[in-house]
Amino acid sequence: MPKFVLLWTDAAIWLLLVALLAYAVGVLRKPELAAKWGRVFRNAPALASSIILLLCLGVTLLDSVHFRPLLPPAPGVKDAAPAYDSRTRSLLDVMLADLLAARESTYSRPLAYVGFTKESLLVEGEVRRVAPRLAFGGSHLSAPEQQWLGDVAVRASQGLFIGFLLGAATAAFLVAAVARSRRQALRDTWRAIRGQQGQVPWHVAVVTLLVLGLVVGPATMLSGPYHLLGTDLTGNDVLYQSLKSIRTAFVIGSLATVATLPLAVVLGLLAGYFKGWVDELIQYLYTVLSSVPNVLLIAACVLMVQVFLDKNPDLFETGAERSDLKLFLLCAVLGLTGWAGLCRLLRAETLKLRELDYVQAAQAFGIGHTRIMARHIFPNVAHLMLIVTVLEFSSLILYEAVLSYVGVGVDPSMNSFGGMINLARNEMSRDPVVWWSFASAFVFMVTLVLAANLFADGVRDAFDPRARVFRSQRLLRLRKKAG
Amino acid sequence: MLNFILRRIGYGVLILMGVNLATFILFFAVNTPDDMARLNLGGKRVTQEAIEKWKSERGYDKPMYLNVQRQGAAQVTDTIFWDRSVSLFALDFGRADSESAGDIGHEVGARMWVSLQMALPLFVLQVIASTAFALLLVMFRNSRLDFWGVVSCVLMLSISSLFYIIVGQYLFSRVLKLAPISGYAPGLDAVKFLLLPVGLSLIARLGGEARLYRAMFLEEIGKDYVRTARAKGLSEQVVMFRHVLRNALIPIITSAGSYLPYVFLGSLVFESFFGLPGLGAYVIEAIGKQDFAIVRTMVFVGSLLYIATYALIDIAYTWVDPRVRLS
Repeated sequence: MPKFVLLWTDAAIWLLLVALLAYAVGVLRKPELAAKWGRVFRNAPALASSIILLLCLGVTLLDSVHFRPLLPPAPGVKDAAPAYDSRTRSLLDVMLADLLAARESTYSRPLAYVGFTKESLLVEGEVRRVAPRLAFGGSHLSAPEQQWLGDVAVRASQGLFIGFLLGAATAAFLVAAVARSRRQALRDTWRAIRGQQGQVPWHVAVVTLLVLGLVVGPATMLSGPYHLLGTDLTGNDVLYQSLKSIRTAFVIGSLATVATLPLAVVLGLLAGYFKGWVDELIQYLYTVLSSVPNVLLIAACVLMVQVFLDKNPDLFETGAERSDLKLFLLCAVLGLTGWAGLCRLLRAETLKLRELDYVQAAQAFGIGHTRIMARHIFPNVAHLMLIVTVLEFSSLILYEAVLSYVGVGVDPSMNSFGGMINLARNEMSRDPVVWWSFASAFVFMVTLVLAANLFADGVRDAFDPRARVFRSQRLLRLRKKAG
Repeated sequence: MLNFILRRIGYGVLILMGVNLATFILFFAVNTPDDMARLNLGGKRVTQEAIEKWKSERGYDKPMYLNVQRQGAAQVTDTIFWDRSVSLFALDFGRADSESAGDIGHEVGARMWVSLQMALPLFVLQVIASTAFALLLVMFRNSRLDFWGVVSCVLMLSISSLFYIIVGQYLFSRVLKLAPISGYAPGLDAVKFLLLPVGLSLIARLGGEARLYRAMFLEEIGKDYVRTARAKGLSEQVVMFRHVLRNALIPIITSAGSYLPYVFLGSLVFESFFGLPGLGAYVIEAIGKQDFAIVRTMVFVGSLLYIATYALIDIAYTWVDPRVRLS
């Protein structure tokens, strides 16, 4: 039995998931909220990106179950206390065990069977400068010069086929679910989706799933015997690093935004509701906070966190726990320094709401201040909170890269997009260029951030009536023409 | 008007005092002067005398907030907090923590001009380019151009600025050899070193800004006075340039103004990537060396600039927009 380790961010992520599910149940029960969320998914880009975000969430969750494997007992020792591996693994690591184990000695190109750097090797009795065969990448080929292209093509097409089947199966599952909820025959539903009828563009979801299948399928098939995205300086698989970085990005994006909420909401409501000296004080607080340039403030806080961790080395057992605690504290720092904007928004909205008749009626009934704020004002500013939270998510993922570059981001031992880009800076100045690490970080990061941005736009369009004016009307018109 | 300016300055000083207190607590609560001395003198095998000497050289050999050994007002004034605060407000930043780095004030004074050289043209060009692009999209709103323009804006703002830097540096400096990879030279030679960072920084922020400004323009277009202008039979050009552009410039200037502090502070990432010896690169170096005195000073300088620019924006507002009352 391995020893399960609950890291700080694991706990936070699972708690967030529970909160998210509870919120989803709440949405389903409230028709007006359900209608608004329905409008989010009627937005085609938002629907497609929500599928990608769900996939990333899945990766994050798999990577958030940590344990330390049980080591086999040392030979000759009986009834010894169980010993655990000092490295902490996650479920994702177990799934990607092949990639983790297939470690080369240094750089190798994507899908390569020989190393990137040449070495002096003994070939047919004489010393020559050749690129050595990789230990794992393409090691199953006996005559790689002739077999490589065919092998890659076969595996890729197999992957495409399997991926298409998988994507189609998932899409069929989705269509069945839609048919069930509409209490309609499967064929009628499928015809409606193909004809692009109905308010939710389910055909976009079907296409997204198929495309995802067509990408994931070949990737899985090829990443077994090859390094699909090459290897880095120490020979680690780049695909593995990119997948691990998703969790870091997700944790920072979600935890740091959630961490801003308590202070922003409580102080914003208090300032707007009570006005007077409470308002003055809170305004002073957030003006002080926002008058320090953000990067500098975060840098200062993170430096202090570092000093704190260095002074208390007995707080954690393994290196993973240390870097995880650092990530958690980084999120806390981002939360503590980032609440000013939302607080200002909520204060202004509360100032408007408290003058409305229904709040005055509540006051006339003698309802307490706390209750009025919680029951009458908070639900009416919650949409602002939601919009800002989703919008912040993507900008924080981008911010992480900058912070890591400045040297106040996540621990260097933890995989992150910022760390990958940071290393890529030296790799890009090599000759020939080592571009694959950089390109992978780019593709993964842009996909994630773009999906988050499009989803956030959908949420803003649905929840903020003012924002809808600014959308490009072209898509709507095209759909009308088609329909 | 004078009353308003004075009040604005007074509030600024009050906020600066808050910033000062907060940063002092942040830096000195976790990290005592003894720790700092040990960190800078290196390792754990440092004699107590060396620590005392390091502390007395930098004025850290006093109590933190309250000196109980002294009498009267000196109880408060003869402390690290008082010394540091007074010298910061007098813009005397003292020595850096590490032995090699010299006087902070001198460095800040010298590096400020480099940052200014990069950031001032950037600021002006940024406003012009983003406004022009946004205006173009709005002129052709609901057309193919608008649609793809917005799509490319969203795509551009989803790309980290680090990607622009690395790809730009690779493309323009290494492959095309149009600009030096990094470095800086004073005088007119600076232009060729600044061209690439300014251009890339412009592109990196274009997507986000242009989309924001487009929204501002569209909000302005929906207003009654625009309809009136059209009803009068004015041409689209006149409506856009004489009416909409002028009114939309007010929110645009405010949002662009929030970048003004960085005009002086410089962009941390761009400066250090391109080897420009500005204030931004100074901060990154200080963070790398864990030099807390420099970071603390830069936090103070940064907020000073921020408060000053916001006061200026507020004053400029009353001048640009007569509807804004001085309250």
